[in-house]
Amino acid sequence: MSSKISTAATPIVEVAELRREFGATQAVAGVSFSLAPGECLALFGPNGAGKTTLLRVLAGLLKPTSGSARISGIALAGGPLARSRVGLISHHTMLYEALSARENVSFSARLYGIRDAKTRVEDALRRMSMLERADASVRSLSRGMQQRVSIARAMVHSPQLVLADEPYSGLDESGARALTAVLQELRSTGTAIIVVTHNLIEGLSLATHAAVMQRGKFVRYDAAGRVDAKSYAATYREALATGG
Amino acid sequence: MRRHTARRLQPVADILFGAWLIARKDLAIEFRTRSAFLSALVFALLGLVIFYYAWDPTAVAATDLAPGVLWVIFTFSGLLGLHRSFGVETADHAIDGLLASPVSREAIFLGKAIANLIFVGAVQAIAIPALALFYNVPLGNVAAPLIAIAILAAIGLVAVGTLFSAMAVNTRLAELLLPMLALPFFVPIVIAASQATSKLLSGRPVIEAAAWLKLLLAFDIVFVASCTLAYPFTVED
Repeated sequence: MSSKISTAATPIVEVAELRREFGATQAVAGVSFSLAPGECLALFGPNGAGKTTLLRVLAGLLKPTSGSARISGIALAGGPLARSRVGLISHHTMLYEALSARENVSFSARLYGIRDAKTRVEDALRRMSMLERADASVRSLSRGMQQRVSIARAMVHSPQLVLADEPYSGLDESGARALTAVLQELRSTGTAIIVVTHNLIEGLSLATHAAVMQRGKFVRYDAAGRVDAKSYAATYREALATGG
Repeated sequence: MRRHTARRLQPVADILFGAWLIARKDLAIEFRTRSAFLSALVFALLGLVIFYYAWDPTAVAATDLAPGVLWVIFTFSGLLGLHRSFGVETADHAIDGLLASPVSREAIFLGKAIANLIFVGAVQAIAIPALALFYNVPLGNVAAPLIAIAILAAIGLVAVGTLFSAMAVNTRLAELLLPMLALPFFVPIVIAASQATSKLLSGRPVIEAAAWLKLLLAFDIVFVASCTLAYPFTVED
């Protein structure tokens, strides 16, 4: 599971003592890590542990209360420039159901200022095996197909960091395989990935790094080459038993 | 010097381009579904009919009644479209995709406002001739200044309404909250617009409506600027 890419490379994401509070609740309570190009952090933890909040902060959807995060060397506070390097996948599709799959992905491509949008949209839809249904309205697609379109939308601008929050949600076996293949391909081209999942097998199959999060903190964090599935299962079960 | 000016204008160009993309997307969705437009149009036309039958032509002249009717109808039919504006973004959290993109928050607001302005303009384009027909009000000589009033008033209504739509959309009582928040801010715009319309329809010289038009312009500048600057705060948790 060790990454072949040197961790000495400039990190894609550097997070230092990141905190996010909602009133008196610390959703993220001082998290630090970094990922080099091609590395993947699998993030596990019970509901309410702060995983989604961490991803939303890194996606620029929430402002951190304190601490710092840099995406490809650009401070998250830098706004648009940092956000342009991130692709966000969630269990919510973030699609417009009145528009077609192609229109949704094309809209996203234009938001990211992609010049050869048409080619990139075709390519993204092809990678998610959605080219044949590209002109169907999102409303008419199954949940799994919508999720594939959503992934194509998140990949169309070739992000340097992919944030995937429960990305396998709603996908059938072939969709899950396609997603794993896309994420592995992205890793091989230097994209860093943070994947939040409750599925240890799927998460660890991609991961170079892994962490278990509980009450806003990493209660376990293993860097490249030291991720052990069995011991993770034990830590994860323990965290689930005590709750987020 | 020229390069320096171009660099300074680039963020403005980016905001306008992003706003246009978002407006085009919203109009494409509305064109496909036509749900809000048809609702607003039917509401406007029904409003005209109801006021027409409730009206005693021997007591109130059509030129006195029509301006009030017109702006009450535009205000409430506009709210239907404004509510929908951010409603399309909440379905399956599409707003997260927008906010995570490099497009600025100001561009998102302006894009929504432009789409809403076209929406309100389309309702006005049908409702104003319908008003002339129902109330037998000749518009021929005052069409151009009336269009100017409609556009200026619509800009103010849409700026305020778009901001409050963004604020209300994530609440459980969005349908109730939007009119409660927006209507008090609509009042000065509606007063200015109906006063200017009244002057025109009663055959007074256009210059008499000029003061109200200037007031509408001032409201537009204040509301568009303040709402554009305020919008980013509504999306920060």
